[in-house]
Formats: sequence, structure tokens, C-alpha cells
Amino acid sequence: MPVIRVDGQDYEVEAGGNLLETCLELGMDLPYFCWHPAMGSIGACRQCAVVQYQNEEDTRGRIVMACMTPVTEGAIIDLTGDRAAAFRRTVVESLMVDHPHDCPVCAEGGECHLQDMTVMTGHRDRHYRGTKKTYRNQYLGPLIHHEMNRCITCYRCTRFYRDYAGGTDLAALAAHDHVYFGRHREGTLESPFAGDLVEVCPTGVFTDKSLVHDYTRKWDLQSAPSVCTGCGVGCNTLPGERYGRLKRIHNRYNDEVNGYFLCDRGRFGGNHVNDAPRIDYPARREADGRFRALDQAACQAQLADCIAGKRLAGIGSPRAGLEANLLLQRLVGAERFNSGMDDGEHKLLQRSLSHLVNSAARNPSHRDIESADAVLVLGEDLTQVAARTALALRQSVRNEAYRLAAELKLAPWQDAAIRNLAQDRRSPLHIVSAGSTDLDDVAAGHYRLVADDQARLAAQIAAAIDGEPSGDAAVLRIRDDLLAAQRPLVISGASAGSAALLDGAAAIANALARAGREAMLSFTTPECNSLGQALLCRDSHASFESLEASGAEVLIILENDLLRRLSPERVEALRERIPIWIGIDSLETGTLAYCDLVLPAAAFTETEASFVSQEGRAQRAFPVHPPAEARRPGWQWLLALARAAGNTALVALEHFDDIVPTLAGEDPVLQGVMRAAPDHQFRSRGLKIPRQPHRYSGRTAMAADVSVHEPRLSEDRDSALAYSMEGSAAADRPAALLSYVWSPGWNSNQSLHKFQADIGGALRGDSGGARLLDELTMPAVAEAPRPEAFRRRDGQWLLQGRHHLFGSDELSRLSAGPAERAGRAHLYLHPNDAQSLGLAEGDGVTLEGCALELRIDASQVPGSAGYAVGYPETLALRSGQWVPLSVASDWQRPPQVIGSDREAAS
Amino acid sequence: MSEQLHSLPAETLTLSDAELAEIDAEIAHAPYRAAVAIDALKIVQAHRRWVSDDCLEALAAYLEMPPAELEGIATFYNLIFRQPVGEKVILVCNSVSCWIKGCEGIRAAVTEHLGIEPGQTTSDGRFTLLPITCLGACDRAPVMMVGDNKFEDVTVERIPAILEQDEGATPG
Repeated sequence: MPVIRVDGQDYEVEAGGNLLETCLELGMDLPYFCWHPAMGSIGACRQCAVVQYQNEEDTRGRIVMACMTPVTEGAIIDLTGDRAAAFRRTVVESLMVDHPHDCPVCAEGGECHLQDMTVMTGHRDRHYRGTKKTYRNQYLGPLIHHEMNRCITCYRCTRFYRDYAGGTDLAALAAHDHVYFGRHREGTLESPFAGDLVEVCPTGVFTDKSLVHDYTRKWDLQSAPSVCTGCGVGCNTLPGERYGRLKRIHNRYNDEVNGYFLCDRGRFGGNHVNDAPRIDYPARREADGRFRALDQAACQAQLADCIAGKRLAGIGSPRAGLEANLLLQRLVGAERFNSGMDDGEHKLLQRSLSHLVNSAARNPSHRDIESADAVLVLGEDLTQVAARTALALRQSVRNEAYRLAAELKLAPWQDAAIRNLAQDRRSPLHIVSAGSTDLDDVAAGHYRLVADDQARLAAQIAAAIDGEPSGDAAVLRIRDDLLAAQRPLVISGASAGSAALLDGAAAIANALARAGREAMLSFTTPECNSLGQALLCRDSHASFESLEASGAEVLIILENDLLRRLSPERVEALRERIPIWIGIDSLETGTLAYCDLVLPAAAFTETEASFVSQEGRAQRAFPVHPPAEARRPGWQWLLALARAAGNTALVALEHFDDIVPTLAGEDPVLQGVMRAAPDHQFRSRGLKIPRQPHRYSGRTAMAADVSVHEPRLSEDRDSALAYSMEGSAAADRPAALLSYVWSPGWNSNQSLHKFQADIGGALRGDSGGARLLDELTMPAVAEAPRPEAFRRRDGQWLLQGRHHLFGSDELSRLSAGPAERAGRAHLYLHPNDAQSLGLAEGDGVTLEGCALELRIDASQVPGSAGYAVGYPETLALRSGQWVPLSVASDWQRPPQVIGSDREAAS
Repeated sequence: MSEQLHSLPAETLTLSDAELAEIDAEIAHAPYRAAVAIDALKIVQAHRRWVSDDCLEALAAYLEMPPAELEGIATFYNLIFRQPVGEKVILVCNSVSCWIKGCEGIRAAVTEHLGIEPGQTTSDGRFTLLPITCLGACDRAPVMMVGDNKFEDVTVERIPAILEQDEGATPG
């Protein structure tokens, strides 16, 4: 390892890095703006200047940019000396020439990288006496607030938005001293990662619009490590709360999962805890059909009344934590427990699980995915289903660029040079899908097929890798690209609803492994705990049909809206067979209207829970704040139900941490969930870990109209975290308990490097989460029958679901901003099909009793019709169904969802 | 990018056949369509005097590039006009040589003669006055351009004749 001398002292450091990241790794404070650990160096901002000397005799040295200077053996640099410091101070002063003095009203204030760097360089007095430039801001949609005056032109926004995330509608406009970062016209930023600009921008140009309108400074936010409930990826998040409201969600770094970035569903889709109708009190439905709230005593009496001595059945939920589901399963008995999914989805997940367990290919983390040098995506529009995985694939196609760079001995952090070198050369990505996808722009090939044909193609590719001759150019091309790679990756999932497709994906990965490649195989899962449910129910799963015939007298439904999975008729039928329904949920779903007793569950910000991600990684989410009113975590309601039922095995459970060790029995995989985070007895330096930063303003007049007394601090008996600013916030606390990132002098999220051993590597307190599938054994599944080739039918169209990042899942559309982005569901037809039906873009089409607006889309397979999955108006539609289409004669375009705050932006 | 193109309004402005023919001629020499962006912007401007938002979007679609990227190029160059200009654009150089030789007086004379400040267009739509940094003839400072004609060694007295009759123009 090379030795470098910094300020007269020698350090042994890693080879291959640049001086900036090396100095930061050594714990030194060196200011920077444009460098980003995930995006490398471009040397644009001139902030990280140091003086480098050629040798011991050199007394003059020269100023170099640390981020652009590779570490070399014997390098001598001066970091804190006057010349370097004066240079850095001057750079900040010139950046501040046009920067407004609006920190007190800026949403970035208090966690602003520019503030931190200004203080760090020692620039205090401004000499500039001229006027400052004023820009007109743009309306950028319901999620992002724009304030161009604050810009310091570091170019991080466009480098992230365009270069890293593949966005096309944000650009650096104009030149010289009036560069402007914005859209060519006002309008919504289209990238699903636009929200990351909030964290990427070193100052307050791009801020979180919901935070701007409901503001709390970072130091006044109470936060706790959480896990995104938006999809199955399991990104780590840091929700921040004040006054019982979720104020914002920030990225929580996990080097194996989400790294530095979240998708916008994750960042903004959690606002439903504020925006959607919630249930605050237990209630019983009276004879008149109305719900009447119950106090604690009445509630307990009702619980006993409802379930004591009764035969119970339960429906769990893939959006509830594993612990609550496990409790419900044990309470009602596995033979009368439904995982919360219909049998079709359950079987597809079991099949994915079996393939992951039995395949010779590795089940990759996102870090592994980014290292893939050839990728095949089967049947998924990943940007819509597992957006963070799509972002990882965008990085994987750059491996060709890194390979070319390595030939020229260019370091991987030389961002501009490598992009210039590679131009359009990318590692191959092949996408097989039913319509266009958001990754098409970086794909080497895309193949538009309906699900059955996708499965047939997959089987042919697998056979071709095994050496079977093929005359199909697509098959050969994909085979050659996968075989040419060292680390080929196959990604599929249940979105297409095809068991044969899952088999095909696994067969390709297995064939690649047999061919000696370090093959990887990954499946997406639809919800945050889908895989946890699959693990929980791998031996026994009661389908909805079997629940009807189970003879149960009471049905307990945990955080599940059955109307999203079953037709109203099926729900009615189930209702008729089971006389008493108890619904536990945080949201006012349609299902609760069928219930006799409704119990208010805590939302994801108010409860501890473990979720198992698509990677099979169990991760723990902690409550950010205690639940208000009579809301209680789902697992606590289930314990109350167990007591009411007199279930002796369950009444002894006290803490959250007792659930899994006691109930998971001999199941080593479920027991592995305990490794996801330290238990409630964990202490750092003998203390609990605070949720509030040390500057938290505990005193507030917010509730002075009710009481002038300080409210008592809530106690957290179930985790090692405290609802307090007191405790140990050591930098080496376990990653799973990292409740906020802050370091002296580093108030912004850039302080993260103080928590990493290596920049961009694992946190000092490890990566967080526990991979469960590595210890799982499962029988192999019988291969699904190979489907018939698709043939179009006269007068009938094959429905193919299209997923939307906003709108296709249950939760994101309950938040105001994402609901606006979701808009309304559309139907998609090939131009020729639309013409044959006499339909034009924007016309209404009737199918299966619903009317949808038509979008004409040349990527739709002729003879098939795409529809937006998961929208209220399309819940009755199923992928793979044949339907007739007809013109909706008296159809009128439904009104657009109105922008909540367009005027506020102007 | 396909999404971008899809989201264009149905009745979008189309470029004229003459413009498209000239742009096609450029594309024939280029490795990919977006490579001719600068030339295409100049062609559109030659036909329309300036590049409107609608033109920019239509051109971006034709060149198969995101409008934001084309806007970045269009606004980088100060002689691609993104707002309407008069029949002739007056460019008065204000860089060092011309400043030493009294360009401020030249600019004031133009303003007095036409009644427009820099950035404005005469009410009859004939002239737009703009400042510019260097016209490449510093040895002949002060220098200005009116339309396609360049005028060197300009004096305040010559301004009316330059503006009305293009008197004393040197080939640009």
C-alpha cells in the first residue's frame, strides 16, 4: 500500500483512489462540492484544492484538485496550510457572490452542504457589494421544489439525473454566469429518481416539496431506521417526524441494498400516513351499520366477546411485518392462515423461492447487480416494479466503460474521462417484455412478446446455452452476450404472472452456471414483505377458497385490503361463510367496511417490524414515533387477541423481540430474522441510542393551548432506540440502529463518510440486515408446462398488465404528490389494432365493465392490450385474460387530478 | 426518450419542407442525427429569425434527442435567439479593445437613433440591439454588426448612415 504524506505526517493508504476520498477516509475535513462517492470526480467546483509537492526539495509545490489527483507512492501534500486554505476560501467566496442570504427560510438550512463547507473554509466576511442575480424558478411537479437562486453550479444535479439515472428532461441551460438547471419548459420532472436531487444538490435548489410546505429543520426531526414499504426491494430509509407527522423520508445508506439513492415512490409514497384517512380508535359496527368507537375497557370486552372459544381463521399481509404475520399464523393455526395473497401469487412466489434456493446461480444484492457484465430481464418493466433495481442495472451497463478505462489505466472515479471514452459502448442488457420499458435507452436489444412467448423464448435461450442449435437470431444474440460475460445476470419476477417464465429464467441462470460463469439470478417481489410471507407459508397456505370451507367462526384480517385481491363478489361470499370479521389496519380500506370490529394499527412509522426483501434479506424497521391516540402496532393487537382467546402459548410474549425466537421454533430461516438488528437489550457504551439529534428543541409551544406542561417522554421498551436526544450516537453503532447521520462540522447527509470505513463501502457498524435464503433448503418444483405460442384471436385481445411506479401499488397513490403523478389508468393498443377498432388516442374503450382512456403505443404486441395494473378502475382485470374491446360511446375523459400547489411554486 | 416523444402534444408545430431539406442535407454527413443540432438550429433561425419553444421541440423530435438537451445547446450559444428579434440584429461589441475605443458611445448613439436599449426591438420590428463580446476585428475597434454586415472603425457620426443604408460595410 502506498504511503502519502499529508501535512507532514505519513499515512499508509489504499492504492487506486484519489486524494480527496483518501483524505476523507483518513478522517480529515477537506471541503468539496461536485465529487460524489457514487458518481466520481469531474473537478468542476475547485473546492478540494490542496498543495502538492514534487519531492522533499520542492518548497513551492502547486495547487491541485484532490478529487482529480490519484494517490501515488510518496505523494506529499499540504491540506491545512495557508495557501491551500486561502484558495479554498476564495472559491467559496466567489460561489457566494450570487448565493442569496436566505438560509433562515431555506428548507436546506441546518443540513446544507454549502453551509458546512462555507464554515469549514473559514469564509465569513463577504466583500462583494454588487447585486445578486435573480432567476425565475420552474414548476417541477408535485414532488420537487425549485429555487435556482441558490445554485452554485456544481453540476451534481445533471450528473445524477442524466448520467447516473438516465433522465432526459433536466439540463444545464445557458452559459457563463447565468447557467440554469431546469427543464426546457415548466413541468413535472419525469425521472423516477428526481427526488434524489434533494439529497444530491449540495444546497437548496431542489428541495422536497412536501417538506417545504410542512417544514421542520433536520435538527428538530425525530428519526429512526426504517425500511421502505413501497415494493419488494427493501431500500433503507430514514423517515423524519415532528408533532406526530411524517415530514420527510431520506435515504438511509446500505451499501448492499440502496446505496445513496431511493426512488420517488419510496421517498414520497410514505406520506399516506399524513394524507390518507386513518383509523384512530377501535370501533364496533352497530346494528345500524355505523361504527361506534370503543374505549379500552369496552374494546377488551368486545375482543373477548368476539373470539373466546371460537374457531379462528386469519388473513395476513405482505405489507405487514413478519412478526405480526407470524403471531396471527400461530394464533389461528397454519391450516387456517392465508398469507394475504391469492393462491396464484402465492404459488409464483414459492416457485421463485425454490428456484433461488436450488439454483447454482447467486442470488445477488444490488452491489452484485451493479457488477454484472451482461443482463437479461425477463417480463419486467423494472423501473416501475423495482425502481432501485433498474437504477442498479443502469450502472451495470457501464461495466464495459470501466473495462475500457482499465485498459488505459484510467481510475474508475475519473467520471468525465470514462464517459467520454466509452460514449455509447455499454455492457449488454437485453429486455424481454410486453411493451416498452424505461431501460430501453440503454438496452442492447429489446424483444416485445406477450408473457407466454417470453417464457418460450426463455426456454430456447436456456437450451441454446446448453448447446442446442437454434435458428432464432434473438436467441443466438442473447446467448452469445450472456456467454461472453463473466458475471451474467438474469432478472425476472411475478409481474407477468407466468410460472413458465420463472422456470425459464432459472434454467438460463443454471445453464450459465454450468458453463462456468459466475451467474446471478434475481426475482422481484411485489410488496415489502412478500418474500417473508412466502417463507412463513412455505409449508402451509390456506387459499381464500379453503378459508370459505374452513368452518371458521371468526376471521382476523391483518393490514390487508381484500378488495385489491378479490372481486367484491368473492369478498361477499367469504363474508357469508365466516360470521365475525375483525379488521386490523392503519388505513381506512374498503375491507374494513365488511368488518364487525375494527382495530387501529400503527402505520409503518409507528411500529417495529421485519420485512424480507426480494433478495431474501430480513431488515428491521423501527418506529419513528409512538403511535398517537388508540393506535397500536399490529403485533400488539394480535397479543391482545391472543389474551382474549386465552391462547396460553402466546400470552407469555412480552416484547417484540420475543415473538420470533418463541414462535419460529426450529425453523432456522425464520430464526435468522433476529439477526436483522440488535434486540431491545442492546446498548452502545451502556446507553440507548437516541432518535433525536443533540440539538433537538424539546421545548415547544405547539401544545400550549392544551397544556403548558412538558409532555412526558415516551418510553421504548421494545428496541434499543430511545425517544430522546440523550444516549450514545457513536459512529460505530450498528447500521441497523443508525437513527440519523451527523458529525461535527458535517450537518448535511454528506457526513455519511464519517460512518463508513471505506468511502462507498460498508458502514462501520456493518451493512445491516440478514440474508435468509442462504440457509434455506426447499424441494425443487416441477417444471411448469410450456405454454402455447401466442396467436391473436378475432375480436378478442389478450390483456397484459403494465406497472406504474406511481399508482400500481396500494400505498403510493394514497399520498397527495404521488397520486397526482399516478393520474388515471390507460389502455394501450398497437396502432394497427386501434385503427381496426376505429379508435384514436384519447378515446374511451370499454372492457370487462370498465372504461379506460386509450393510449396508442407502437410497442404493444399486436393482438394484445396493455392496461395499468393496480388502479382502482382496473382491479377487476387480470393479465393473460382474453377480452373483447368496444368503443365507449358516451365516454368523457375523466378530470385530471389537480396539482396541489402549483401556485405555491410560482 | 421515447416517452418524451410520446408526450408531445398531438398538434405540434412542424418544420417547413425547406428547413427539413436543409437539415437532412446536414444529417447525411453526420454519424447520428443529434450531431447536427447546432447546424439545424442555425437553419431554423435562418428561416424564422429565431427559435421558438415549439420549433425547438419539433426539431428535437426530428433529431431524436430530448428537448432539454437541445435547449441546453440552443441557450449555450448567444447567437441562437430564443426570443423574437427584429429583421436585423445589431451587435455592438463591448469587449476590451472596443471598450477602450469608445463602444459605450456607439451603443448610446444606436439607442438614441432607434430609441431602443440593449435587448429591445424597435416598434416597427426592423432592429434588435444586442451587446456582444468580440467580433474578431479588434484591430479595427470599435466594431459592430448590423444583420450580416460588419462595420469597423465605427464613429458616432456614422451610426445613422450605417443603420439606414448599410454604409461602409465590410464583408463579415
